[in-house]
Amino acid sequence: MDIDKTIFELRERLKYIQDIFGPKENENVLLLRAKLQEFEEQLPKLDPSEQIRQISSLEDLFGFLEKKLERQLTPMDKVRIVRHPQRISLKDILEHVYDNYTEIGGQDEYSVDPSMLIARAYITRRVGNKVFNQSVMVIGQEKGHGQEFRNGGSVKPWGNAKALQYMKVAETENIPIHAYVNTPGAFPLEDYPGAAQQIARNIYEMAGLRVPVIAIFSEGGSGGAEAIGLADVRLMLSHGYYSVISPEGAAAIEGRIRQGQRVPSDLVEKCAKQLKITAEDNLSLGLVDRIIQEPVLGARTEHFDFFRTLRQEVINATDEIVLRVRGMNYFRAKAVMRQKKSPGANAENIFVRWKLGAAARDRLLWKRYQRFMTMSRHAVLDRRSLGRRVYDYGTDLGWSVYSFFKYDFWRKHQKKVTQVAEDVGAEFQVVLNKCFAPIKRIKGSLKGGEGDAGGDQCQLTQLSRWEEREAEPKKEYLSPKAKQDVTITCPNTPIHGCLDMWAPDLFGEWAGVCIHCGHHFPMEYDWYLRNVYDPDSVREFNAQIEAKNPLGYEGLDLKLEEAKRKTGLKSSCMTFEATINGVSVVTAMLAAGFRGGSVGAAEGEKFIRAVDRARKKHTPFIAYVHGTAGIRIQEGTLGVIQMPRCTMAVRRYLEDGGLYLVVYDTNSYAGPVASFLGCSPYQFAIRSSRVGFAGPGVIQETTGMPVEPHYHGAYQALSRGHIQGVWDRREMRKNVYQALLTVGGRNLYYR
Amino acid sequence: MLNITELLDEIKASPFEEVVITAPHTGTVEFVVDAPGANVVGPSGAWREKPGTLLARLDREKNKKLIHAALKGVVEHVHTELAGRFVQAGTRLMTIRHFLSKEEVLDRLLRKTLHLFNAPERAKYYFRPDVDIKVKSKGCQSVEVRPDMDLFIVSRMKRESQLNYVGPEGIIYAVYFEANQNVDAGAPLIGVCRKDQLSTIQDVVSRVQSEWVEQD
Repeated sequence: MDIDKTIFELRERLKYIQDIFGPKENENVLLLRAKLQEFEEQLPKLDPSEQIRQISSLEDLFGFLEKKLERQLTPMDKVRIVRHPQRISLKDILEHVYDNYTEIGGQDEYSVDPSMLIARAYITRRVGNKVFNQSVMVIGQEKGHGQEFRNGGSVKPWGNAKALQYMKVAETENIPIHAYVNTPGAFPLEDYPGAAQQIARNIYEMAGLRVPVIAIFSEGGSGGAEAIGLADVRLMLSHGYYSVISPEGAAAIEGRIRQGQRVPSDLVEKCAKQLKITAEDNLSLGLVDRIIQEPVLGARTEHFDFFRTLRQEVINATDEIVLRVRGMNYFRAKAVMRQKKSPGANAENIFVRWKLGAAARDRLLWKRYQRFMTMSRHAVLDRRSLGRRVYDYGTDLGWSVYSFFKYDFWRKHQKKVTQVAEDVGAEFQVVLNKCFAPIKRIKGSLKGGEGDAGGDQCQLTQLSRWEEREAEPKKEYLSPKAKQDVTITCPNTPIHGCLDMWAPDLFGEWAGVCIHCGHHFPMEYDWYLRNVYDPDSVREFNAQIEAKNPLGYEGLDLKLEEAKRKTGLKSSCMTFEATINGVSVVTAMLAAGFRGGSVGAAEGEKFIRAVDRARKKHTPFIAYVHGTAGIRIQEGTLGVIQMPRCTMAVRRYLEDGGLYLVVYDTNSYAGPVASFLGCSPYQFAIRSSRVGFAGPGVIQETTGMPVEPHYHGAYQALSRGHIQGVWDRREMRKNVYQALLTVGGRNLYYR
Repeated sequence: MLNITELLDEIKASPFEEVVITAPHTGTVEFVVDAPGANVVGPSGAWREKPGTLLARLDREKNKKLIHAALKGVVEHVHTELAGRFVQAGTRLMTIRHFLSKEEVLDRLLRKTLHLFNAPERAKYYFRPDVDIKVKSKGCQSVEVRPDMDLFIVSRMKRESQLNYVGPEGIIYAVYFEANQNVDAGAPLIGVCRKDQLSTIQDVVSRVQSEWVEQD
């Protein structure tokens, strides 16, 4: 026995344990430290046999206490496990889980983004006497073991673009995708293609990938994780975490910590616990399908048994998806189900071909859509009465049936039926003319050629005609800010020398726009409801769906109550039907006044229902973002899951030939922009608004680089290709109407 | 010719400039910094996006305007008798003593000792191509100028004309304009010094660089 080597290994194990438990004092860790120190001091005095005896008992003690410590792990300890340099990385997985692989899209630091690793890998199975090589596309973030150039697994926009490119390659080659999520979050850069835009594109495309996708979560950092995490089966490592925000970030927000100040460690621990980030939490929330058990205190590079378990799990998961959508599968599906329940069983005994036919691919997409649509529904407070629900369901069903007959059935046969009706009508007209000809002749002779000159006379003798609608006084929206007797200074005064404006003028007649330089001051969303849509045409629906506190996050109930009381809304998302110049549209609006316009389960659910309504009614769908701060962190991953959910609903709507228009106002950041808003082909911004992935403070904190003051400005977003135009608020109605007439899909009711 | 050493001693005797903060418009004054001796800083950040120290607020029509320090320095005098009172535009509110930095001292010295050739009109100015090549390759001090020498191209409203140098013979010691940037009428374009003065000026510059202690 090599005593020195064993001592070195024990020192390493102790160091790892100390790293994991961080600043906390743990009696077991202290005991291990003391015992190891004591042994090292006594070592020269002991004879060899005694040395061996003591060191093996010390190893046993380490093993015993590690198991004990395993039970004491807090969520924050698991975060430290995942961040540890000894944590398994994607390279280790490629080496030990797959039989052969070729890294593509770059090699080590010679890559467009080394933090995103892509490999074409093989899994070799022997079934009976036959050997099968099954290809998969492995995609995932790579942190590397202390490799600086990997950027800690924080992927830049072009890294995500590379991932998407190879997902499409996998789709072309009809091979499954194994996505290993191991990122603290996406790198917040707006440089083309832009972090938010690229993640939105990834999610949008993944929603329609026609091959099986399995995601394995080790470190799921919000948007960065979603960029490759939309999958048919989502597995999670037992010591991994999947969260909307890092615990430190949440603590900084909760504790209102200013930039540069240290966040108290107890607050970080508390936030980590409240965010429900562990594998067990995410499994109970229904956001992952299974947990892959790791060795005590987390999987490290030397845990070869774990790699075997992981291999069985990914094979099992791929088989499961394929068998779910393939035709002949009864016995194998049963066998796979049995294996799922008994971890450690050999998954390679059953052979399943991983290539899918066209019909199976369609079923795969439909099942993926249905699965995501059911997620997080329990996290919504639905106050509708039973009668109301039945009525809504009936209406919905009625619209589905009507939509089918009017647009799908009738459109196909419309030409034939119309032609027949025209012919029959024309024939009938001839017969009628013959019958009524004598009567017409008598009538004509009685009139004596007098024309009806009343209307013409009126037109000739009056300059203008009195219209009923002009007699009504026009209902102007009056902003509460217009009721203040104050002057307002434009922020551009130092540059353009704008004069001060009186609030009643600025927020009344001038619609919150500086008359000197055109700077747009924020206006209430009510202004848009009154000035963009036809008068009295706004009809809200699903108003009874409310935001709630699904994770029991401390203080959120009070904050939600306060927001509901202050705004009169039940969630930050208001969905309504309205008309613009007579054209019916469905709108989902994110109101900045309600918890910063943050998106949670209720908002996502309302958004999806609004998209579905627009799809069934064949109307255009507008997402007006009065302001959004991102995903509501207090709802944890239930908020994050709205990113793929809403994007899938939008994709279905767009593929059905709809028109999806997004208009950003004030500030729009993070999750929603990086998913269901950013995936729209038609995005516009109101002047003076800001659009981006992360705010300036977060960028400074994450990258250490300050950003220029106008980094997120609408015109910058336009020049970077994020949006298609910058609109003046006063012209929004005209511009939206113009868009309704000129852009969008083929299946709009008025076309 | 001015005695450069004397000039330097003069600056050393009072190494600061007094900046008077006045009310930009009418309003009621509320001082934030109201004690002499307080240290203030000017705008900071890579884009000077962070404003300087808040000195006072001026309330007009219930609109509080903030008055920030434009330079680093020490508050010398505050007109506290104006606190809470309505003042007219241009009223002196406080005086800030701004201690000169190395760059500012050098700039002052050079502007006093060199012959400044000023821009006759607001336009974009360029050196003549052959001079421009020389300036870019060997530095501006390699260029000798003579009276009536064809030295500049003036570009204004898409019309380009030549501009001859007027002044004493010498070498270009400093260039005060950049390509593609408009220069206001009367602003200096170049600073010219006589050949025999060059060593003296360089000596003073190196003295300032090594000896000048910047005060906070």
